Amino acid sequence: MTALLTLEGITKTYPGVIANADISFQIQPGEIHALLGENGAGKSTLVKTIYGLVRPDRGSMRLNGAPFAPSEPRAARAAGVAMVFQHFSLFEALSVAENVGLGMESPPPMRDLAQRIRDVSQTYGLPLDPGRRVGDLSAGERQRVEIVRCLLQDPRLLIMDEPTSVLTPQEAEVLFATLRKLSAEGAAILYISHKLDEIRALCEAATILRGGRVVGQCDPRETSAADLAERMVGTQITASQARPSALGAALLTVTDLSLLPATQFGTALRQISLEVRAGEILGIGGVAGNGQDELLGALSGERLSALGTVTLGGQDLSRAGPDARRRAGLLAAPEERLGHAAAPDMSLTENAALTGVSRKGLARRGFLRWGAARSFAQEVIDRFDVRTPGAGATARSLSGGNLQKFVIGREVLQAPRVLVVNQPTWGVDAAAAAAIRQALMDLAAGGAGVVVISQDLDELLAVSDRFTALNEGRLSPPRPASEMTVDRIGLMLGGAGDLEPAHV
Amino acid sequence: MDLSVISPTLLIASLMVAATPILLAAIGEMVVEKAGVLNLGVEGMMIMGAVMGFIAAHETGGVWLGFAAAALAGAVMALLFGVLTQFLLSNQVATGLALTLFGLGLSALLGQGYVGIKVDSLARLDMGVLSDLPFVGRVVFSHDPMVYVSLALCLGVWAFLRFSRAGLILRAVGESHDAAHALGYNVRRVRLLAIAFGGACAGLGGAYLSLVRVPQWTDGMTAGAGWIALAIVVFASWRAERVLIGAYLFGGIAVLQLNLQTAGARIPVEVLSAAPYLMTILVLVLISRRAGRAGQAPADLGKPFHPAS
Amino acid sequence: MIALERRVAPSRAWQAIAPLLAVLLTMFAGGIMFAALGTDPFEAIRTIFWDPIFGEFAWYFRGQLLIKAGPLILIAVGLAMGFRAGIWNIGAEGQYIMGAICGAAAGLAFYPSESALIFPMMIAFGALGGFAWAMIPALLRIRFGTNEILVSLMLVYVAENVLASAAVSWLRNPDAVGFPGSRNLSRWDAAANPELIAGTGAHWGVLLAVLVVVAAQIFLTRHLMGFHIRLTGAAPLAAAFAGVRPARLVVFCLGLAGALAGLAGLFEVTGPAGQISIDFASGYGFTAIIVAFLGRLNPIGILLAGMLMALTYVGGDNVATNLGLPIAAISAFQGMLLFFLLALDVLANFRLRRSIGRRQAVTSGASPSRSVEDAPLGGAAE
Repeated sequence: MTALLTLEGITKTYPGVIANADISFQIQPGEIHALLGENGAGKSTLVKTIYGLVRPDRGSMRLNGAPFAPSEPRAARAAGVAMVFQHFSLFEALSVAENVGLGMESPPPMRDLAQRIRDVSQTYGLPLDPGRRVGDLSAGERQRVEIVRCLLQDPRLLIMDEPTSVLTPQEAEVLFATLRKLSAEGAAILYISHKLDEIRALCEAATILRGGRVVGQCDPRETSAADLAERMVGTQITASQARPSALGAALLTVTDLSLLPATQFGTALRQISLEVRAGEILGIGGVAGNGQDELLGALSGERLSALGTVTLGGQDLSRAGPDARRRAGLLAAPEERLGHAAAPDMSLTENAALTGVSRKGLARRGFLRWGAARSFAQEVIDRFDVRTPGAGATARSLSGGNLQKFVIGREVLQAPRVLVVNQPTWGVDAAAAAAIRQALMDLAAGGAGVVVISQDLDELLAVSDRFTALNEGRLSPPRPASEMTVDRIGLMLGGAGDLEPAHV
Repeated sequence: MDLSVISPTLLIASLMVAATPILLAAIGEMVVEKAGVLNLGVEGMMIMGAVMGFIAAHETGGVWLGFAAAALAGAVMALLFGVLTQFLLSNQVATGLALTLFGLGLSALLGQGYVGIKVDSLARLDMGVLSDLPFVGRVVFSHDPMVYVSLALCLGVWAFLRFSRAGLILRAVGESHDAAHALGYNVRRVRLLAIAFGGACAGLGGAYLSLVRVPQWTDGMTAGAGWIALAIVVFASWRAERVLIGAYLFGGIAVLQLNLQTAGARIPVEVLSAAPYLMTILVLVLISRRAGRAGQAPADLGKPFHPAS
Repeated sequence: MIALERRVAPSRAWQAIAPLLAVLLTMFAGGIMFAALGTDPFEAIRTIFWDPIFGEFAWYFRGQLLIKAGPLILIAVGLAMGFRAGIWNIGAEGQYIMGAICGAAAGLAFYPSESALIFPMMIAFGALGGFAWAMIPALLRIRFGTNEILVSLMLVYVAENVLASAAVSWLRNPDAVGFPGSRNLSRWDAAANPELIAGTGAHWGVLLAVLVVVAAQIFLTRHLMGFHIRLTGAAPLAAAFAGVRPARLVVFCLGLAGALAGLAGLFEVTGPAGQISIDFASGYGFTAIIVAFLGRLNPIGILLAGMLMALTYVGGDNVATNLGLPIAAISAFQGMLLFFLLALDVLANFRLRRSIGRRQAVTSGASPSRSVEDAPLGGAAE
């Protein structure tokens, strides 16, 4: 039988980076094929090549035996290749039907299109209203828009880039059912992920990438998760050290915090209440877009809330800005490293001063002490093993993992009473992620309170003492992490946390 | 003051004429902004249209050739902006300002031999029975053709954005250039076409000033009309039908203050001359109050696009 | 085939070289423009750039240079602060006019007193006039989110009307029958802003401009507020995270630019211009925008750019009188300069790269616009 897609020696280099080196593998018709690798392993570049967004320096592809070299996505779509993106491919201000139409080669008139969207979404169990504005949809619904957009073109190969990162475990099950149905109908699926469990549950073949090269091919159903992980990461990762949990008094108390969204398509926070005690890590899970950024903003002081809603050790900080909160000991590290936690084109010294001014005494009578700021930056670099030529390097020049270590280190070294972090290891290599988690646990062990907002459930289960979840801007009642199972977490993420009898 | 001098018929009729240059420029700029590009050089493109249109009309004797030259000049100026902002990724605000400063200077240079000369203007259309209708005929059906061209353009842009696939792609590019790029649309090409269209419209608007409204060439004759067009796009929340309303509202104020001046109102001339600008500020404030900070602006308005990002 | 590739950090060398290269390119393109107008391009360029400094009448023109550069630098430094923070005050011309009117009106209220307090008081009112005029867009922006670009610009046209009314009615010289325009302030000792050293053109405004450049440089590099201004321009979200309050920044940047523009107007009306007249507004407020960009929004750079721009003014005047070129040619020339600078700026942030040969396996032709898309940003990061 002819392979559906054959890759031979695909190579793509960027200055200083080899994204793909001599990659060859095959995808059979109707196969669900996993592309497995860490962040930075070259998965995205490879699928962009298949989809015609990137052209390889060397190598060739064959689709159904015929040479395949799409010069643009349009050509790839015409050949039967469709792709569901992880980010950036929907238009919030446009309707579902318009979004679907934009992804099709020759869309039917809008009225017919709406009907076809309804048909397809019914067939595959993905309910969608074609007339709604995409900006008003949840993350899971948005993904359906993308999938329906692909399905309407009867693809022979469907590429899915980290599709479950925006789904609850239950929603993910629905997606898997859809994918199996598609595969049974003869469409091949190239499934990109770094989540081993779902790959073992779903895929029939896997290609593992590391550092831009193929380091292994296997049948994931017959390979252990530990084996897969070791091939993917290359080295064994030491598990984070457990720590004694001696909980102290309540430090940060949030009471009935409600906030309207700051942007048109943002999420409102609804009556959020939580308490963080000294020495504890509170994990907040949730699918992307359920109010994580908004909650961080409300705690960091970027958004102010009603009096009495945010207090730290009895001091009301609800109306205090970021600087005043830092003085009081409430520190934060937002999700977006470049542009939010750090200014990309400024030096690490300047970025150290960005949050360190007050607690590190980097200013005197309004004038900055650049020498002191440089020492502080250097201290962060040394203590957190940030790989960079020096404190004068710009934030942009650092790799994701190194910049994240710098950002977290900058806050940790200011000795916070409470530290709030959002997605602390998002897009970070395994070694850096382990270091960051360890730093957070050490901080808590030292008597500080830590809030970790994350979409990575494994991470939350590994570090948190108590666990809660955000769903559409509401926070479920926290539970001890030891009581949590994936099913229970799934219910909490879906907003059903209250359905269980409360026993806290 | 003798208010009876002001005839409502004439007022409304001249309102349409006064609004036409701004309407042309604003509808063009709206398309540009819908594609996600903020071109602050409208004033510069308008004045270049005014001078090139005047020169072409004077040299060839053809008013329509004048308008064609004006559209071309506006588009060329706009493409200068387009190349700088889309290929060389220069700051859109700074480049737009540069375009205005450059256009004002260059137009004065080109037009120096043409100050004070007259050209044949456009004749009013005679629509037979329609033009003879009482009031309505005078107000609506006896203007020069460009007034109707501007209205048609407005309608065309409305339909284009609402119903056509190309219009959908243009809106998509303005909403999220990354998403449009990921789907394989050529963001730059769409934006350059929109920029050129906007420039041509601004050029036509400028030529309407120098060939019909005034009709003469004087240095800096656009007197902020391009900026007012920009304000009207904001006022209109990026919708064609509201651009029309905004332009006619503004035309009304401009005409009314002129009428009050000639009627000998006991208001200082300077207050009346400043009125359109003050009104624009007032309207901007009311709009921003209602719409909040972001309003209905295309999400990627003014953001630079580098395909690899 | 050439592609653009983002530099990891902006190239400092290019940032410094770009303005010089832009000047050279402008000379070249301007030369073509002059030739097209039937003037000897070499003579025109020499008249603009060489004669005012080294020519026969340089002793006169050098003084003129400082007179033109003073207000340009003063205004541009203020504008640059705002531009750095993404606050676009383009109505400096209006603030300049209002500063002059307020200062002049305050002084003339005491005419013909010879008190030594008059000039300092006029300076205060000049700054206040510009400041107040700039507060209109500032307050509208922070209160209602109104676009400051459009408001500040509309206010230029309003200010011009205020100027016209001042010149013909309420500030008109009562002793001059029939002529519009105020009393001559430069001939009234208590209000005059004289040349401090004869022949240099340096008046109080020029001195202040130099002081402002030094102060602004220190402020931007050392002061926390200056850091916040740079931070807001470089990464607005990061600035909010750092605790920068945008409203304060808007008021500060617009207020400072307004006050400096108002001072520039005051020193102009009491010195080189001498009186409030209908044609007092000379476009300094707009040219200062070019000066600010040409100087890389950096105070020291603005000092140099202001001198260069003054040169094109003085030289442009000479070209107009000696070679019969229209005065407007010089505005076109200045606009061109800004264009070239903006175009060359790309090289500070991006590097040109020759794409590597033709790809063997990929047969489809590469169109020019597509090759850029291969360049990385975040490289192969996923």
